[in-house]
Amino acid sequence: MSHFTYISVQSQDFDFAHEYQKLRDSNDSDGALVTFVGLVRDMNLQQSVSGLFLEHYPGMTEKVLNNIVEKARSKWQLGSVSIIHRVGQLQVSEQIVFVGVTSQHRQSAYHANEFMMDYLKTQAPFWKKETTHQGDKWIEAKASDSEKSQGW
Amino acid sequence: MLKILFFGQLKEVTKTECLEIELMQGGQPLNSVATLRRFLQSKGDIWNEYLAYGKALVAVNQEMTDDDTAINDSDEIAFFPPVTGG
Repeated sequence: MSHFTYISVQSQDFDFAHEYQKLRDSNDSDGALVTFVGLVRDMNLQQSVSGLFLEHYPGMTEKVLNNIVEKARSKWQLGSVSIIHRVGQLQVSEQIVFVGVTSQHRQSAYHANEFMMDYLKTQAPFWKKETTHQGDKWIEAKASDSEKSQGW
Repeated sequence: MLKILFFGQLKEVTKTECLEIELMQGGQPLNSVATLRRFLQSKGDIWNEYLAYGKALVAVNQEMTDDDTAINDSDEIAFFPPVTGG
């Protein structure tokens, strides 16, 4: 195996162990592997949430995710990178997003992982709509996310 | 023809997923994002409110951009609220 970039936008769930193993198997030279998983939580802004609908812009989404990986690769020496983002209807506690990255040392892997999530949150064309007892509601973008992404 | 796409809440409130319109409108070309945005905003109160600059982001040919960007015939232009993935 050798280093890879894997991008997937999918409605089906992903298997964390499988994705982790793919990253591990991709090479023997990297000593660090950092993963992040985002989950649907049951509360947002004091409202109880029963589910989430995720919409995206097919075509542009994949392009942006590839650009994010390229940007990260230009900033840090990285091995393999996987980004999986789900779309469609999700229930509370389901997995939404997986970002995994390998590098020779931990610092690059930690930084690159956080950088890619911060960029994904402000650049990748996904929109979340929450299902709550008060009805469905589109989530508004947070200023703190855009500040975080500008901080890089 | 221009292909115009809408996403998220914008798609919902305008009840429009996709529009195909001529580049030339009333003898003038919709030759920038700003011009196209104004043209679409004139379609009604909801359009005016939700397509306002700052409220709706824009991508031309699947690249996020701003209102200065030129538009050419057969471009794909998308308007959408600030993104909320992750």
